[in-house]
Amino acid sequence: MQSKPIALRILDIASIILLAISTYLALVFAPTELVMGDVQRVFYFHIGTAWTALIGFILAGVFSVVYLIKKDLLWDRLQVAAIEVSLVFFLITIVLGSIWARPAWNTWWTWDPRLTTAAITELIYIAYFMLRQGIDDPDRRARFGAVYALIGGLSAPITFFAIRLFRTIHPVVIGGTNPEADGGFSMTADMRVAFFFALFAFTVLFIDLFWNRIRLGDLQDKVEQLKLKVMM
Amino acid sequence: MFFQETTPDTSGYMIAGYAITFIVMALYVASIYLRSRNLNQDMTMLNEMDKPVQTTTANLPKRSPAKPSSNKSAKTVTKRSGKK
Repeated sequence: MQSKPIALRILDIASIILLAISTYLALVFAPTELVMGDVQRVFYFHIGTAWTALIGFILAGVFSVVYLIKKDLLWDRLQVAAIEVSLVFFLITIVLGSIWARPAWNTWWTWDPRLTTAAITELIYIAYFMLRQGIDDPDRRARFGAVYALIGGLSAPITFFAIRLFRTIHPVVIGGTNPEADGGFSMTADMRVAFFFALFAFTVLFIDLFWNRIRLGDLQDKVEQLKLKVMM
Repeated sequence: MFFQETTPDTSGYMIAGYAITFIVMALYVASIYLRSRNLNQDMTMLNEMDKPVQTTTANLPKRSPAKPSSNKSAKTVTKRSGKK
């Protein structure tokens, strides 16, 4: 059994501490928003997870390009790790958004451009894993996965810019005002502290989970190679 | 919601949101841990399966000179028979 590097152990502990501090800032330190009440506090984790997930999907697209150029399976493992962690984070984003929408928009779900593009992105990457499951040859699986992740990666910027390009009721809290938006608010100084700290905490958490997932991928490859060796 | 006089009590939604976040995170961390543990068990088992294969191949050249021993005995028999 391979022992964890000390840097990864430190990162594990740091991400737990940062997540705990971020939770404190979001639930206690940040003031209650007057119009929406406590449900606005899910905003900090909603944006934190969305930010890291979309960056992860774009990173996976970059790893795909590098794999297609170099044909080294290391880049395939990085791509899988980035997509898997991003998929989990983006699921949390969607669920938190839906929970926020119930009191703010009086519905759990609506086919708004942002919500629709987010749901499509999540489904694209669920299908990515289904595609990989169906291919046995590692090189073929990596090549198909890379092309798919590269095309799928386009959905991340589309999701991000959906609220800036289309008419939508989704609020644009950072860097924009949308007259159609329902449930928007302006952040106070304390809210900004909680917000930026959540972004930082989730970025560290993402790196930590990403690193752990890469190690798992390495182990999977070693076991697969050993299986082939034993069978031959 | 926008023509209200007091802040609505939406703490239930907030608790649900944070609970789901931590549950999903915990499940994912647990899945990484379990998959890693299972793979390590597979690795140990496969290494053990691989060892006997290595020892038998390593012993093969050692065993092969043992075969002529029967010939040796045959030779000795012939020698003995020759002596006779």
